[in-house]
Amino acid sequence: MISTRFDSLLLAAAFIVVWQLLHLAVGADVVSSPAATLTRAAALLQNPNFWIDARSTGGAFAVASLIGIVGGVGLGLALGLRRFAGDVADPILNTVYSIPKITLYPIILLIFGLSLSAKITFGVIHGIFPIAIFTMNAVRNVAPVYRRTALALRLSPFATVTTVLAPAALPEIMSGIRVGIAVTLLGTLIAELFASSSGIGSALIRATEFHTVVDIFALTLLLFLFAALINAGVHRLERWVRHDG
Amino acid sequence: MADPHITVRGVTKVFVAQDSKVHALGPLDLDLARGEFFSVVGPSGCGKTTLLDILAGLAAPSEGTVVFNGKALTGSVPDGIGVVFQQDATFAWLTVWENVAFGLRRQGREAAEIKRRVDHAVAFMGLAPFANAYPAQLSGGMKQRVCIARTLVLEPEVLLLDEPFGALDQQTRLLMGDELLRLWRDTGATIVLITHALDEAAMLSDRIGLMSARPGRFIDIVTTDWPRERDSRIVSDIRFGSITGRLWTQLREESLAAIGAARGP
Repeated sequence: MISTRFDSLLLAAAFIVVWQLLHLAVGADVVSSPAATLTRAAALLQNPNFWIDARSTGGAFAVASLIGIVGGVGLGLALGLRRFAGDVADPILNTVYSIPKITLYPIILLIFGLSLSAKITFGVIHGIFPIAIFTMNAVRNVAPVYRRTALALRLSPFATVTTVLAPAALPEIMSGIRVGIAVTLLGTLIAELFASSSGIGSALIRATEFHTVVDIFALTLLLFLFAALINAGVHRLERWVRHDG
Repeated sequence: MADPHITVRGVTKVFVAQDSKVHALGPLDLDLARGEFFSVVGPSGCGKTTLLDILAGLAAPSEGTVVFNGKALTGSVPDGIGVVFQQDATFAWLTVWENVAFGLRRQGREAAEIKRRVDHAVAFMGLAPFANAYPAQLSGGMKQRVCIARTLVLEPEVLLLDEPFGALDQQTRLLMGDELLRLWRDTGATIVLITHALDEAAMLSDRIGLMSARPGRFIDIVTTDWPRERDSRIVSDIRFGSITGRLWTQLREESLAAIGAARGP
């Protein structure tokens, strides 16, 4: 544990050193210094306008994540429990997952316009497919001995699913949720970067247009910290459900 | 045999694929006495696990009947039969205590009764110090103890064991055999053990059924005549070698036949 923390601190220190060297090499017009970025990030956290953008992004991200998790887990469970349906859906899901979602954004804009719904939808289509694929594979990969044990314990089909198959698949489903949440944030931000009048992504675009380099770096840093926090939280939850000692 | 606990009559199993049939088992006849320890040995792929599935009610025979306590099995596991599998079947998301309590909770028993019976089963299987541990923190032998305790707590009349010690080292297997004999004596259960280890079968059993290469049939039933009060030290008995020798002489022929059949003409 101590070694892991030391390694993390060492990595963070190395990152800051490389960042500072890059700043010195190319200048503040291209890369703001770590100190200036941190100072600006702290100032942004005091700024009410930043929190309006943060609430806009956070709200869209939260709703998109919820829809992605509920839809993805539901779809994955349905396909995982029906082998034939899963065999048919597997290549379709993987194909949709692998195509760049940005190609669908014009269609989403046509349907929803420059609205919160467009951001949420774009976030959902990023997150729902990996969650569905992980969930489907998690159910299909449950050890056959669990099904035999459920039969030997005379469990009903409903009890078999809820008390044996679902808990057995949960760790892998949590991995899917972790990946899904990460790409949902990505999708939400991309939607804001390309066509939105509010949110952190939109603020980033405004900073780019006015070439306020320190704002770009400060917003990116805050986004990075937010994503890392979410990822660490889900990762901790994932480890907890694994019970791997 | 008067009033057998389990009766097997004319049981066969044929697996039907799209354009082929595999005759896996039988025809088999067998009577198991109440409280008997019966082991089944045979070459790989002879249908030992298929037989266990049929005895448990996990699979239906293609022909024939299995009668348990005077009633024919009808394609589901009846009350009173417990099964322990070769693979690790502990529920990774539950502690040892919760694993053992699982079946009783599903039956909707009273909390006080669950506690009393689970505490006893956990202590009986030597798991008390690990009651709050998760399976990932246990060795392979301990995990199998959990599976046995989870089955044992339901107080089955018949315990079906499918190579439960197959993945364990020799010393642990011998010690687990002692545990199994103690469990058998204390509970009075009828035990059917599927195993590929002749010494294990010879040490534990009242009778040993030797199966032929596929389709598996009983070609010999060996009676050991061991006293009920026995343990793994019985391996030093002078008759132990003659029992394993008798089994191996026939099993060798059957295994060679099975390998020959697999290689083809």
